Amino acid sequence: MAFDQMIAAGTVAKVIAAWVGNVAGGSGYGFRRAYEQGQPRRIVMEDHSNFTVGLALKAAAMGLPYLPTFSGLGGDIVRGHPRIRPIDDPFGGPDLLAVGALRPDVAIIHVQRADAQGNAHLWGNLGLTVEAAYAARRTIVICEEVVPEAVIRSDPNRTVIPGFLVSAVVEEPGGALPSSVQGYWRRDFEPFLAYHRTSRTPEGFQAWLREWVLDLPDRPAYLQHMGQAAVARLRVSDRRLAAEANFAP
Amino acid sequence: MTSRYTRRELMVVAAAREIRDREVVFVGMRLPLLGFGLAKATHAPDAVGLFENGVIRDRPAETFIYTMGDPPNIVGAVACLGLVDVMSLLQQGRVDVGFIGGAEVDPLGNLNTTRTSSSGALTRLPGSGGAGDIASLAGRTVLIMEHEPRRFRERVDYITSPGHFPGRRRGGPATLITTLGVFDLSAGRVRVASLHPGVTPEQVREATGFPITIDDHPPATATPSADELAYIRHADPEGFWTGDSMKSG
Repeated sequence: MAFDQMIAAGTVAKVIAAWVGNVAGGSGYGFRRAYEQGQPRRIVMEDHSNFTVGLALKAAAMGLPYLPTFSGLGGDIVRGHPRIRPIDDPFGGPDLLAVGALRPDVAIIHVQRADAQGNAHLWGNLGLTVEAAYAARRTIVICEEVVPEAVIRSDPNRTVIPGFLVSAVVEEPGGALPSSVQGYWRRDFEPFLAYHRTSRTPEGFQAWLREWVLDLPDRPAYLQHMGQAAVARLRVSDRRLAAEANFAP
Repeated sequence: MTSRYTRRELMVVAAAREIRDREVVFVGMRLPLLGFGLAKATHAPDAVGLFENGVIRDRPAETFIYTMGDPPNIVGAVACLGLVDVMSLLQQGRVDVGFIGGAEVDPLGNLNTTRTSSSGALTRLPGSGGAGDIASLAGRTVLIMEHEPRRFRERVDYITSPGHFPGRRRGGPATLITTLGVFDLSAGRVRVASLHPGVTPEQVREATGFPITIDDHPPATATPSADELAYIRHADPEGFWTGDSMKSG
């Protein structure tokens, strides 16, 4: 949905993605208008599968020009693709595809907690977060809480992004809403449905953009606009704590 | 006891029957997610489920989820890896069966979820997500589709998820479950395995945009048992995925 919102706002020239839509409804109307009609501007689309976009980031994260795969052979995504090319297996096996490295200018990721140096603890749904953070030229970590470094060092296996990769740390509770953050926020499904309805027309999208982006100066204003009841309903207050792990030497 | 059931509940049961005990399953959302849970609760207690965001589960989430990243899908998981990790397991050949859906299908089991001009105008669809990878890399795939003439095409406009093609390394489409019946695709053509109760061969021919051979008296898809319905209604209490209000439900 975030892709769709940025595309519909006219801020996107090119999309590199495996899927652009709305988890609630399938189609992203902003994406469709841009792709089908060039409204509000034409976009260039680089289609991927989840694995090939993951391998593109992973290659950059590993400092490699490409990684090989055989996912996508026989299909149209890889045909004439600017970043995916057929290669011979140097060890004599069947044909492969090379997926070229993708190095984002900036990755913005949301985690549960980080220290002031950007050492970040993240748990739950990982997806491509770690690959993106490693691949990007600059990584901005948004966290629910900035914590003392002792908290991070108490559980170093949970540090998925070391601080020296991080350009900036932002403490912004609720910054991922309406998406969930394990242990902090539940998913708010209604905004996904509402956005799907309202973004069906350009006018509906403009109204959404005004209400939820342009008229709100910052995230606290966003949470206030959601309303206390919604915030209270979505905030996780119960505890499902992991067992302790003994790191004693 | 004879219970009333929706077309989608029947499809969930058909999906569950595609899973054998102890198999590793690439799950996905919607009907396959419910089918996986149902298979676990009945004939396949030791099946393991992989989700493309990195989650590995051997029992369904305790509460309803809209997306695989929702917090209840993390709680009680066996592992939370990254996308590249589970896709790597898929590429390695560790996944027995994967479920995918599409907007269009052809007789070879090629699926299109990228773009189509079947209605005359260009329509952009959300894209592959993980479907292209599952189609390429799983031991076999089960396709789930709405059965409509515009979706069942002699040739799809774009092959997002490859079906049967010469030189395929492994797997390919095995079964197609639609709103009208269950079809065997394993031989590289569409053969009726069963039609849902009340569906006539004529209905299927009319809803299929390519020639299809059907016996005069094909077998009927097995109807859900009371236990199976009880499970589905426990897992989808509001009928969000399986209710009558869903299209063609």
